[in-house]
Amino acid sequence: MLKLHVNGRDWSYDGDPEIPLLWVLRDEFGLTGTKFGCGAGLCGACTVHVDGEAQRACTMQVSDAEGHAIVTIEGLDSKGEHPVQKAWRQLNVPQCGYCQAGQIMQAAAFLAKTPNPTRDDIHGAMSGNICRCGCYERIEAAIHLASTGV
Amino acid sequence: MGFVDNKHLSSAVMQPDQVSPDQGRRSFLQGVLAAGGCILAVDLLPARAGAAPAAVIKTGADAMSVFKTGADAMPHGTVNNPHVFITIDPSGKVTIIAARVEMGTGAARTSLPLIIADEMEADWNHVVIRQGHGDETYFGNQDTDGSRSVRHFFMPMRQTGAAMRAMLVAAAARRWNVPASEVRAENHQVLHAASGRKLSYGDLAGDVAKMPVPAAETLTLKQPEEFRYIGKGRIGMVDLFDITTGRAPYGIDTRLPGMKYAVIARPPVVGGKLVSFDATEALKVPGVEKVLEVQGWPWPSKFQPVGGVAVIARNTGAAIKGREALKITWDDGPNATYDSEAYRKEITATAQKPGLVVRNDGDADAAFAKAARVITADYYLPHLAHVSMEPPCATAVVADGKCEVWAPVQSPGNTFEELVKTLGLPPEAVKVNVTLLGGGFGRKSKCDFVLEAALIARDVKAPVKLVWTRDDDIRHDFYHTVSAEHLEAAIDAGGKVVGWRHRSVAPPIGSTFAAGVTHEIPIELGMGFVDLPYDIANIRCENGEAQAHTRIGWFRSVSNIPHGFAVQSFSAELAHALGRDPKDFLLDLIGPARIVDPRATAEKFWNYGEPFETYPIDTGRLRHVVELVAEKAGWGRKLPQGHGLGIAVHRSFVSYIATVVEVAVDARGNLSVPRVDTAIDCGAFVNPERIRSQIEGAAVMGLSLAKYGALTFKNGRAEQANFDDFPVIRIDEAPQVTHTHIVDSGYNVPPSGVGEPGVPPFAPALCNAIFAATGKRLRQMPIGDQLAI
Repeated sequence: MLKLHVNGRDWSYDGDPEIPLLWVLRDEFGLTGTKFGCGAGLCGACTVHVDGEAQRACTMQVSDAEGHAIVTIEGLDSKGEHPVQKAWRQLNVPQCGYCQAGQIMQAAAFLAKTPNPTRDDIHGAMSGNICRCGCYERIEAAIHLASTGV
Repeated sequence: MGFVDNKHLSSAVMQPDQVSPDQGRRSFLQGVLAAGGCILAVDLLPARAGAAPAAVIKTGADAMSVFKTGADAMPHGTVNNPHVFITIDPSGKVTIIAARVEMGTGAARTSLPLIIADEMEADWNHVVIRQGHGDETYFGNQDTDGSRSVRHFFMPMRQTGAAMRAMLVAAAARRWNVPASEVRAENHQVLHAASGRKLSYGDLAGDVAKMPVPAAETLTLKQPEEFRYIGKGRIGMVDLFDITTGRAPYGIDTRLPGMKYAVIARPPVVGGKLVSFDATEALKVPGVEKVLEVQGWPWPSKFQPVGGVAVIARNTGAAIKGREALKITWDDGPNATYDSEAYRKEITATAQKPGLVVRNDGDADAAFAKAARVITADYYLPHLAHVSMEPPCATAVVADGKCEVWAPVQSPGNTFEELVKTLGLPPEAVKVNVTLLGGGFGRKSKCDFVLEAALIARDVKAPVKLVWTRDDDIRHDFYHTVSAEHLEAAIDAGGKVVGWRHRSVAPPIGSTFAAGVTHEIPIELGMGFVDLPYDIANIRCENGEAQAHTRIGWFRSVSNIPHGFAVQSFSAELAHALGRDPKDFLLDLIGPARIVDPRATAEKFWNYGEPFETYPIDTGRLRHVVELVAEKAGWGRKLPQGHGLGIAVHRSFVSYIATVVEVAVDARGNLSVPRVDTAIDCGAFVNPERIRSQIEGAAVMGLSLAKYGALTFKNGRAEQANFDDFPVIRIDEAPQVTHTHIVDSGYNVPPSGVGEPGVPPFAPALCNAIFAATGKRLRQMPIGDQLAI
């Protein structure tokens, strides 16, 4: 039995400890805001925070998550008012929206460490997150907006 | 989990863990009711109003804005009955049904409901959107494809809203016993100016709920200057809050009590089949509960499953692990030797020879025989995979002689029909609930993945969620075609183009539906090929045969990609060869403002399903977007070293689009795109903010396909499987800025497509820019390392 700490709550999981954290969050805990995109750490749709660092839940074995504080998009801000979320809404960033939870989690972790990013900083931090709809120009603008106050 | 009785709404089903109680605003839980472990939709709609709601109002009364569209020819046409789409609650809440599918354009769940809200004078702050389920006999056509939503539903949605406004006015007038002409509706209230009396929409909810719908000729549509929302672009997407908080319900997020999770191992070659399998090791994987064969249909199998072996488990991770432990023997079938390199040579050779003549103006042979100069070029574009970020997935319950599915499908009506056929159930026993789509791009018009889920659920006798992994998605797609395009121009002594020959060779979409289809079908021919809008006396379009060896499907903008790439690259090549400015030369090729009508010279000419009279090929509009984009982009401006500008124009989905790309190519051949300008004339428009987002996205998708797009086959198998070997553009290589210039044509010009038309001009504009910057002409896509030094 694994004990996980997710979004400030304790959860337990009694299945295979070797499967990716992603499927335990989604299928076992019902935290479906974290999305499946590639299963190989190539697209960032499954980005969560592990002790404040952005991590890909699709390549992290669930047993490795034990003992760490996991935050998913559902736990980023109880009212959905994180500056990154507000900036995303202000600039109408999403199209289909599917990748955006991962984008937002990546951006939130990045801004926590780099409060005044340059364009190159943003590209460096966000290039692991794919948006097939192509919302990149707005993602970049929203990160700038979040960093300067929404 | 019982079946949801509600007849017309998609049922939202999930577990309570997913949402915390303090996150209520704009939640999709609005209007749904928690019931134990799952949440069922409440019936918000009255019984069907008459047998044929579409017949209630056939034409609007306002001649200004009534135009005939291709909607009438679509299965089940359109519906404009307010009782189908609008419910008013006594609290004043107005519920509008989104009957088409939302995949990111904003059309289905924001723009179309905005039209209704505007015409009925509803306050958007008091409007909630609910998703209709798959029932085209009730809602009209739901096939969300072909950039048709606003084009076909602009007027029916206006009529729907206007009818409801008239009903509210009539209800208030009756209560006050005054003539309706003294009463007006304004921003969620009905007012009687003479007496100062007011009633809110909520007050009148009961009065209008069962009121007969007024006759068409009594309706007055708003004048454009009265529009509150249409054309303004001030309203964000309906699902914006839920998207940014992770609560927007995509297909992959469906949860049912007792649900199992499945993945399928499919035949690696299209047309192949299962010989045998050994599940011993798979069943030892913790969490794996069952392994079973999935029925496959013989190729070409349309949208039917290709078959394979399903692994069912307690979660998707266990199912994937179980699949890796399967031992399977496949028979690869007739396509086992499909090899993209050999096929490229084959179709390129075919394009050198005369093909089936599909348009013939004047006498091209004579023009070429007399030409002072003949210029030729060959272009090649490989297969593409769609790779929507949400892969195909579906959840199904099949029990007690009924089937209910939850799925991200672009085609709820077709999905419904295919389920009825495949499962052999009566129509009333099947329900298709439509979720949000995590991207579609044409892939999710094909419901194979839903049929798979239903077949597995039937055999497992439990709710099943089927997920395609990314390698499933890339290896088993309905691929964008692969194409060889051969162009020839006959030039006279004065440097004028007097003859044009275009040969296109590409395995057609028709091959997915019937064996032996080797020629492009009318919808493909009509996409930037036989509809060539150039002012050239002698034009011959020919289509060579191409045998498909995989499943061909439509991909955002479809055959416009290869046709537009070839025509617009070649146009710039001719300009260079003749020493002309590419923009000026392009305008010369288009010629004066006029209507180009290919119906006389192109057999079975297909105009995006639209009546030619409403949507002719208008070279005045085509010229205008070229001139507009050139002006806005600063065509001819001085550029830094290594930079170049390229231009391309293309009419598709009956819209007119021109793009100027500024490219920068560094000393090592790395390309970047500092700026894109696109001018779009899509006629009357509803939501300019979402038009801009579509054009921005189209530039990124265009850059993806130009730079990286290549899905190749070896030994019948797709050679790519994930974003490492099938890359798409990421943020650090995306266009730095895309400027969208929307032509404001007013509301007398019928609306046309937006979702797809931005894609076709991008790649040729880019390659024309690369030529301007480097002198290198790229005729084979993708660009890959062709610029590397």
